[in-house]
Amino acid sequence: MTTGANSENNLPENADRHPQRNSTPSASSPLLAALQHVNREWITSTTEALGETTLIVPREQIVAICSYLKTSPETRFNFLADICGADRGVEEEPRFEVNYHLFSTTKHHRLRLKVVLNEDDAHVPTVTGVWRTANWHERETFDLFGIIFDEHPDLRRILLPDDWQGHALRKDFPLRGYEPYSLK
Amino acid sequence: MSSAVNIPPQFEVVDRPLDTQMTISMGPQHPSTHGVLRLELVLDGEMVVKATPDIGYLHTGMEKLFEYKKYQQGIVITDRMDYLNPLGNNLAYVMAVEKLLELEIPERAQTIRVLTCELQRIASHLVWLGTHALDIGAMTVFFYCFREREKILNLIEAASGGRLTPSYFRIGGLMMDLPAGFERRVQQFQDGFLKSVDEFHTLLTGNRIFQRRTQGVGYISAEDAIDWGLSGPCLRGSGVNLDIRRANPYTGYEKYDFEVPTEADCDVWARYMVRMREMKESHKIVTQALSRLRPGPVKADAPKVVLPDREAMKTHMDALIHHFLIVAEGFDVAAGEVYQPIEASKGELGVYVKSDGGPKPSRVHFRGPSFVNLSALPHMAEGCMVADIVAIIGSLDIVLGEIDR
Repeated sequence: MTTGANSENNLPENADRHPQRNSTPSASSPLLAALQHVNREWITSTTEALGETTLIVPREQIVAICSYLKTSPETRFNFLADICGADRGVEEEPRFEVNYHLFSTTKHHRLRLKVVLNEDDAHVPTVTGVWRTANWHERETFDLFGIIFDEHPDLRRILLPDDWQGHALRKDFPLRGYEPYSLK
Repeated sequence: MSSAVNIPPQFEVVDRPLDTQMTISMGPQHPSTHGVLRLELVLDGEMVVKATPDIGYLHTGMEKLFEYKKYQQGIVITDRMDYLNPLGNNLAYVMAVEKLLELEIPERAQTIRVLTCELQRIASHLVWLGTHALDIGAMTVFFYCFREREKILNLIEAASGGRLTPSYFRIGGLMMDLPAGFERRVQQFQDGFLKSVDEFHTLLTGNRIFQRRTQGVGYISAEDAIDWGLSGPCLRGSGVNLDIRRANPYTGYEKYDFEVPTEADCDVWARYMVRMREMKESHKIVTQALSRLRPGPVKADAPKVVLPDREAMKTHMDALIHHFLIVAEGFDVAAGEVYQPIEASKGELGVYVKSDGGPKPSRVHFRGPSFVNLSALPHMAEGCMVADIVAIIGSLDIVLGEIDR
């Protein structure tokens, strides 16, 4: 079986076969302008690709921007659809990202917020105070990636057993685990 | 490994003999937990003081597995998540990858996707209805539901070859066109189905025991339901008119005429009524999809992604080469990330696919509706009687295969 690392090594040879998507940073988007009008520090950058908007947010601001997006009459993102982590690769820095998929039950629009984290400081404030549904999503992300959600009310493993070693969706965690798992 | 977090003990058993409170473990082998769900219940007499779901018994690392499989190999993994609605899972995953590839899907393939997905939605609701009634104590309904479900599974088997794991949708279209006579068989099912729904109504809706077991039980207000991320029939049972097929239409749902049933009672009964009405709406959509079926291709015109026809492989050199390359090496997907939500039978099924280029995804995540709906169980169950827990779990319509993945 080809490992992820090998296929990554193949990338430069085939670089012309899969060109980078034209993800144009659009500073003119009205949402971005409105948000930066409220607080200049909220957004690091933004991309629009494949009909989806992604805002990259500094982690210190995530709770503030989520509260604003939830309550502001223009956005009304009252529904947190999903939180999922992603590992960009062992060599990458920042290594982890946390994606928040927001949805509005009245305006029916969607938005992705992204927080990028370094491996040695994988902490991000919890948004359970904004949407209660974030509780299990954040527990899952903690369980599988080891990203710690500060001030989460109940941060413990959810899918894997409590005494599991490591975080299974990290790229350096092998597909079959380190050793046969046994209840100690 | 690297994380140095002290994991707190899962729950605290306080041994106080004179206390009236008792902690019991419901499941993972309890028949009403629909698989392997364990609930940690703190009871005061028969009153539930605290309910803590404990999941993960069925965790098989599917999201990890996706990262080691080519895009087209991932389709078979999705079948095994929500095993009562496999075509919905196929559709969500396939659509996410198609969005990354920016593929155009032919009209006929889209219509067949709608047709089979709505049949699957009916089948999924039938299993919910049968087991929900069974949990509450009405056994007869189960047999009537499974009789109808069998007809749908036979149809899905005729189209795809698989009853529970069809893997019928492919990136760029369908595995193959519908078999001869399929429309006639669907029509036969359609002719009898509305009468069956009326049968279910006569068995349950007027039943006073069923009413007393469900009305006013498991209350969750519209604001709480949105805050807890409920979706699908559970959210519409709280009076929120939200259906992804309407809110963010996909696969041509905007062209179909159907209602989005909502009920304002916010309890188990309301969620029951929503699903009962939804079956009739799905029946309507199937009828419309049947009338929209026109001859045409069922695969997108993308030779580097879609497997060529068998006939073309025998006559065209390039088709044979493409077939070999797709099977042996897969196809490259340009870097990017998408989140594709669909209205599965249980709610919003969202698929997040991230590509770094190359034939394998860098990350695939499933936002399972059951996972999120179950997380709101403590909110609904606390303060109820212990027997109501069974009714509430049934009304959430959870599938543990999707929760644990």
